[in-house]
Amino acid sequence: MTTATPVPQDAHAPSTKHTLAALVENRPGVLNRVASMFRRRGFNIDSLAVGTTEEEGISRMTIVVEGPPEISDQVQKQLDKLIDVVTVETIREEDAVTRELALIKVSCRPDQRREIIDLIDIFRASVVDVSPTSLIIQLTAAGDTLDALVENLRPYGIREMVRTGRIALARGPRTTGVHQHEPEALRRFHQESGRFPGGDLPYASN
Amino acid sequence: MSHSGAANGTRMSGADIVLECLKRLDVDTVFGYPGGAVLPLYDRLPAHPEIRHILVRHEQGGGHAADGYARASGRLGVAIGTSGPGATNLVTAITNAHMDSVPTLFITGNVMRALIGRDGFQEADITGITMPTVKHNYLVMRAEDIAPAFAEAAYIATTGRKGSVHIDIPKDVFIEQAEFNWPETVSLRGYRVPGAADPAEVQRAAEIIDAAERPVIFAGHGVIQSDSADALRNFAEKGGIPVLNTLLGLGSISPDHALSYGMMGMHGSYWANHTASNADVIIGLGMRMDDRALGRFADMNPTATIVHVDIDPAEHGKNLPTAMPIVGDLAQVLPQLTEAIQSRTHVEWIRWIDGLRNEHRHSMAVPSGTDLTAQFAVSKIAEHAGQEAVFCTGVGQHQMWAAQFMGVSRPRQFITSGGLGTMGFEVPAALGAQVACPDRAVWTICGDGGFQMTFQEIATMVDERLPVKMAIMNNGFLGMVRQWQELFHANNYVAVHMSQPDFVKIAEAYGIHGIRVTEKSQVEDAIREAAEYPGPVILDFQVNAEDNVWPMVPAGAALSETIEGPAQTVAR
Repeated sequence: MTTATPVPQDAHAPSTKHTLAALVENRPGVLNRVASMFRRRGFNIDSLAVGTTEEEGISRMTIVVEGPPEISDQVQKQLDKLIDVVTVETIREEDAVTRELALIKVSCRPDQRREIIDLIDIFRASVVDVSPTSLIIQLTAAGDTLDALVENLRPYGIREMVRTGRIALARGPRTTGVHQHEPEALRRFHQESGRFPGGDLPYASN
Repeated sequence: MSHSGAANGTRMSGADIVLECLKRLDVDTVFGYPGGAVLPLYDRLPAHPEIRHILVRHEQGGGHAADGYARASGRLGVAIGTSGPGATNLVTAITNAHMDSVPTLFITGNVMRALIGRDGFQEADITGITMPTVKHNYLVMRAEDIAPAFAEAAYIATTGRKGSVHIDIPKDVFIEQAEFNWPETVSLRGYRVPGAADPAEVQRAAEIIDAAERPVIFAGHGVIQSDSADALRNFAEKGGIPVLNTLLGLGSISPDHALSYGMMGMHGSYWANHTASNADVIIGLGMRMDDRALGRFADMNPTATIVHVDIDPAEHGKNLPTAMPIVGDLAQVLPQLTEAIQSRTHVEWIRWIDGLRNEHRHSMAVPSGTDLTAQFAVSKIAEHAGQEAVFCTGVGQHQMWAAQFMGVSRPRQFITSGGLGTMGFEVPAALGAQVACPDRAVWTICGDGGFQMTFQEIATMVDERLPVKMAIMNNGFLGMVRQWQELFHANNYVAVHMSQPDFVKIAEAYGIHGIRVTEKSQVEDAIREAAEYPGPVILDFQVNAEDNVWPMVPAGAALSETIEGPAQTVAR
């Protein structure tokens, strides 16, 4: 990324993270194909988030890749080369809404609760679980906001943490869409190929 | 298109569907090896006499034969193997075909569906294994999915940047009954086949080419794959642009053509490599800017403007920054470019290259003297067999000498493993080429190492009456490895000296003809004798043991650092 992002990035390292959105056929093996290509080409996956989309049978992978600026072009082309990848776009952070979800389990005595809640209010995070010795804090935000929250919670003792990886949508009406809808029979073949009649994967048979 | 097969809607077994699909795809030859998981498929072969099954002796041989068949004919090459070891034995061949973009279809059986994932006897996760080395692959879990999978697989293998596609079918899917419905069309929303280039891009490329003072063309395998040799010649002639070939591009232009300057790269000529290094505009056509062709990327003429036409957009900018990438099929883009460029000549530039060639021709000459050399043997084979013959090779020194001295002059004449560099390719690939070209002489130049990896396929040649001439350049060494040990590891020869069987006796054991050649004076008579013999022949050329391939660009060096002979190596 060469342009400044609205929120400053990590101060001592220039941003070398590239966000790509790939719409893929939701069929057995597709994640393997994508992951295998990244491994083979030596592209470093920073995060990967996969989920369903508005289009039946299409999943969206949001992939954050770390590397020099020219790498995102190669990553995009190599992804596009996979038959199961229908569309792939590089998402410019400044033109997009990017979010991550984090759940953070932090040590917390009852007498510390008020202090921690005051702190996380600044981030508009919420408490989703409480026990005599811990809290689980949930925050959906851009990655660097999550980083800031984590840093502020660290002194209390972070016991466990999970982050989803970045998801992103371009701002405005423009979409990364699948413009070709498949007839039912073809869709069935594409989605269920590699599965038993009925949908089970072979390994889950009997 | 007319076909001899069953009508859509007919109910049949999965095995019959596979064979009906092959007929719809116009496949009349398959190379294969049976086994438990493909028994139901083999059971139905006699019911489909339109398909010739060639029984090989090892699945790797079958795979390379399908590869050689496809390269020689331009048609889809098909190989079959059983599950587990049968399938894993195909992996080298699958990877080889894919690296060189050869349209091939590999069919494997697998264990019954209920056993998949349970480590069944002869089970291998072959779709998982081949995933990174194919253009695409399929695990077909029901008989009704066989036809759409085959239609897609063949379409993917033979269009765009061609490649290998693999279909894995569990044993009970071959037995399952289903309606055969051949799809009228193939529709894949994640796959686009480039055709003509964007006219605006063609115009911009033409302006770059027109403004060039020292342009050069790098012609690769894509020119041959897209049947564009004539279009290449027209383009080069109109622009007055000299043409260099990659290893796999040999045959895209005749060496006799005034603008043809031969092979570039690690063992390319001094003048070709310096032409590449001194050009101001490089026009890469259907080639992938490979390290063996280009030397050290950073110093491969960093000031040149690169126009790169390739059907695979991922090749643009992969290894070198490309000023003008053009995505398209050369069969359409070359006529577009030819139309767009000005007719011109580059007298000064051509004169400079010619001068360089005259000055350095000696380093690309067949050695004189009385020794029996591989260079002499391959040049005489080419002379006697003529340019209508097909030449195959293995990988190593003999391959480079074949590339340098056989005068390859037409597309699909030279069949060699370029990308993967597979020793043992020579014998089975020649078998496949002979099946594809029954009316041509097929000569395969073999290394004594590579020959011993796959010569079991001689038995297949005997069964199928394929009169392949196998010329072993026998130096008793893994020659190219030895050359590197000599030049870059201070003569420390480790694991490169090999004892050899008696190759003439091997010929006798297979019931074919064997000729031993120990003297230079015997070479031409031996070649004539082999050519006249109606069946397969092994020629055991006992050549100089420690000859090196020159010129050479050391690994990691730039093309401009081409070394022409031993004196210069010592000086380094």
